[in-house]
Amino acid sequence: MEIESSAASTQPSSSSGSGTNGSLLQVRGLSKSFPAERGGLLGRPTAWLSAVDDVDLDIAAGETLALVGESGCGKSTLARMIMRLIPATAGTVDFAGLDVLNADRQELLRYRQQAQMIFQDPYGSLDPRMNVDAIIAEGLARQGLNKAKRRSRVRQLLDVVELSADVADRYPHEFSGGQRQRISIARALAVNPTFIVADEPVSALDVSVQSTMLNFLHDLQDRFGLTYLFISHDMSVVRHVADRVAVMYLGKIVETAPVEELFGNPLHPYTQALLSSVPTVSREGPSERIVLEGDVPSAIDPPEACRFTGRCFRVIDSCRAAVPPLEDSAGTSHHHVACFNYEALPRGRSGTQGNHS
Amino acid sequence: MEDGRTLQEQAGPPQREPPVSGEPLVVESLTTEIRRRRGSFAAVDNVSFSVRGSEILGLVGESGCGKTLTALSIMRLLPEAARITSGRVLLGGRDLRGLREADMRGIRGKDVAMVFQEPMTSLDPSFTIGMQLIETIRAHGAGTKREARDRSIEMLENVGIPRAATRLDDYPYQYSGGMRQRVMLALALLLEPAVLIADEPTTALDVTIQAQILDLILQLRDEHGMSVILITHDLGVVHEIADRVAVMYASEIVETATAGEIFRKPQHPYTQGLLRSLPELARRGTPLPVIEGRVPELGALPASCRFGPRCPNRITRCDDEHPTLERANGDRELRCFNPTEFELRLGH
Amino acid sequence: MATRPADVHTGGAALAASGAEGRLRDAFVLLWANKVALLGLVLTILFLLIGMAGIVILLHPGLHHLWEDQNLRAVLVTPGSEGHLLGTDNFGRDLLWRIVAATGLSALMAVGVTAFVIVVGLVMGSVAGFFGGRADTGITGLIDLTWGFPLLLVAVIFAGMVGKGLNAVVAAAAVILWAGFARIIRAQVKTLREREFVEAARMLGTPAWKILVRHMWPNVLGTVLVMASYYVAITIIVEAGFSFIGLGVQPPTPSLGGIIAEGRNFWSVSIWPSVIPGATIALIVLGLNSLGDGLRDIFDPRLRRF
Repeated sequence: MEIESSAASTQPSSSSGSGTNGSLLQVRGLSKSFPAERGGLLGRPTAWLSAVDDVDLDIAAGETLALVGESGCGKSTLARMIMRLIPATAGTVDFAGLDVLNADRQELLRYRQQAQMIFQDPYGSLDPRMNVDAIIAEGLARQGLNKAKRRSRVRQLLDVVELSADVADRYPHEFSGGQRQRISIARALAVNPTFIVADEPVSALDVSVQSTMLNFLHDLQDRFGLTYLFISHDMSVVRHVADRVAVMYLGKIVETAPVEELFGNPLHPYTQALLSSVPTVSREGPSERIVLEGDVPSAIDPPEACRFTGRCFRVIDSCRAAVPPLEDSAGTSHHHVACFNYEALPRGRSGTQGNHS
Repeated sequence: MEDGRTLQEQAGPPQREPPVSGEPLVVESLTTEIRRRRGSFAAVDNVSFSVRGSEILGLVGESGCGKTLTALSIMRLLPEAARITSGRVLLGGRDLRGLREADMRGIRGKDVAMVFQEPMTSLDPSFTIGMQLIETIRAHGAGTKREARDRSIEMLENVGIPRAATRLDDYPYQYSGGMRQRVMLALALLLEPAVLIADEPTTALDVTIQAQILDLILQLRDEHGMSVILITHDLGVVHEIADRVAVMYASEIVETATAGEIFRKPQHPYTQGLLRSLPELARRGTPLPVIEGRVPELGALPASCRFGPRCPNRITRCDDEHPTLERANGDRELRCFNPTEFELRLGH
Repeated sequence: MATRPADVHTGGAALAASGAEGRLRDAFVLLWANKVALLGLVLTILFLLIGMAGIVILLHPGLHHLWEDQNLRAVLVTPGSEGHLLGTDNFGRDLLWRIVAATGLSALMAVGVTAFVIVVGLVMGSVAGFFGGRADTGITGLIDLTWGFPLLLVAVIFAGMVGKGLNAVVAAAAVILWAGFARIIRAQVKTLREREFVEAARMLGTPAWKILVRHMWPNVLGTVLVMASYYVAITIIVEAGFSFIGLGVQPPTPSLGGIIAEGRNFWSVSIWPSVIPGATIALIVLGLNSLGDGLRDIFDPRLRRF
């Protein structure tokens, strides 16, 4: 990942404001509700679960945007809407000028040659009844290759993901988690994508395998000029791979900032608590954790208020009266926070890690 | 495999002093074999460690290294295909291996208790939380139903469940993941065991909830003076709350030391490699250090040092001999012929 | 890199068998290890062989004499008598040949009905589970409607329409039984649809029909095989039942239920004409169910073999 946050310079002056020409992907007002309860004669929904609510995101070409949040916060739902795997309730997704959510069949096929996804579960993401050759060749089906060419392309892709060519006739159950993840990546690369959504790609892997995989994903980005939307709950992984970070809580983006800014100067109370909760091996002395009270509440028919009020340690009256918009924080144009009462932590108390110069 | 075992037998178990009252649990040369289609393999191999009073011992390692099976061997809750073949498990000086199953049932929960990773599958979905707590108290023959109920409410309050008196009559599905793990801790602590074994107790939980549970374990340790074996793959969690750490690799313990020593001056190349590969310690923009190669399969362990093929410090001796767990300086035990000094650099 | 190409060899070598051939071999090894399933397999093969012989003697007019010829001087002789291994019925017809012919009839009908149930159930269930929406609402409604009808009632209606006999029974069984199978397939396809490999296929632009054929069907194959053995058994029992009460196959054509019914009138003389076809049904069903249970174990997703 580029160490200098090239992304920051191409960022919009306001996250929710006018779109930017520098973005590869622009998400505006994206929302998803699921029926949570049904009732009445016709089984019409009587309550709605607001899984993702009015989300704006911009991803610049070549950058890695990390989307972080705890389970059930809506990050996977958001990713699947962007990939048009599930329909959105409202909002738009613009990919290099293409209106993704309203794309017709041909446009959608073109989109899928450019945007791909890799998944968390290296067991669920490969069809147990297909061999590696068939799995990878699935991505080549639309390229009109003859049998010999397809074979050689599969070998080539296996080479890219550093697996030997003779694994092609093996089945998924014969591989370790890390190897399966590589097969899954080879399949995604088969269409020569420019944009990849990686949904918790290393969460199911052991520490030592995880580091190899993170290096590998970075090499791929360099080599093919990929743009990543990197979804994770692991803050230390995010800190290592991301250029920018968006923090999600209960369906809303509560804070976005370049990675060093977010870890060094978290502003939203939730981000502050999240970062301080991450167990680390490098924090010295007694930990100064902000331990949040209670559980993540349900997002069924949420009130018109900040969704964090129930657990927040800085809650004021206005938090219960309106939804805080995601706005520029004081003095910066690239750090956005959705909070009526945020305050920077005193120096030395912020971030998960010991020091970050 | 055959050779490997003979070498170990010649080497013998590490010498230990007899158990003292300060060590409620001592595991000596514990070996547990798993039966597979191609034979039996030691999934826990000659494992020795002890837990001191009021101590939190972190047992860490990657998946398949044998850490959970070690815990199940102590509890004698092994799956059908697994069998303890040698060693001793001394709980308060008494060898649990020699006990009849009926006696063992009396000890589980009362003297040593265990909580598991997935709190949903560990609670019976068709009984209320209260019934499960009361049942546990009554099974160990303590007091009337009324007393058991009061004690259950007290215990739920202890682990931070609000409105415990009413929530006692709720079913497990009405509890969230974090709350269920609290209930599991309450269940485990009902009879005030001397030793609590927690197997990945927070792995299924979100970090903000994990922080609550870790705080709770620390608080319960302080209040009840129990000893804890914390099994996890998360080095951060171990660093936050453990006093001492034992690192397992390929069925064996490779290094034991105080948490401070392990995290600041790890000596085994595997421990060093694990720590180095943590993203939080790496400089951004540079590749993460990795441990080359893969964990060997259970049926194909090298007869020499099991970490040898992946080890950057390998010397000729590592290819010829199987190292034993030796007492090194101070409180450290180490299984390595060629340990190196390594100071963990903090930050970026 | 932790995953050097060389490591892949050691990882894969642990599982000697690979590829489709290897999986078939693995399946056989597992079947061999399961003695009950093996017994089921033997009984089922026996049933199919006898069935084929039965079909031959039913269809070939030159062989009808085997099960048709009466011999009123040797009625109701006990099994083991000279020339009649299983004895004779009240017309002196050889019971062995009549059972063979009846088994043929049962096998033909059961395999036919099962094939219909599997094909229709698979298509309906897949379409409902995979596409959801209106297709799902429609098919689920049809399944529930069909499910609610008693098989006996439908058989009586059909018998009234096309006359008593094999056709009515076959039609009734086929029309009712597909619904249960479709319901199982629908549930499985719905679950599979959420799996990430299906999402990956959709993202690669794989057309829906291809996802069905390449990802869904191979993954429900285990269920299909298990349920096939179950439906063959069910159909045999249904046919025997209807023939017993006279709705099914009409005399003189032999059927397992019909032979039991005819023999019932002569229990005071000999119980064998009823017991032997009864035992035949029991053995066939036992064999199919044991085989089905064995297949279920082999395809158990927890074993992650296939």
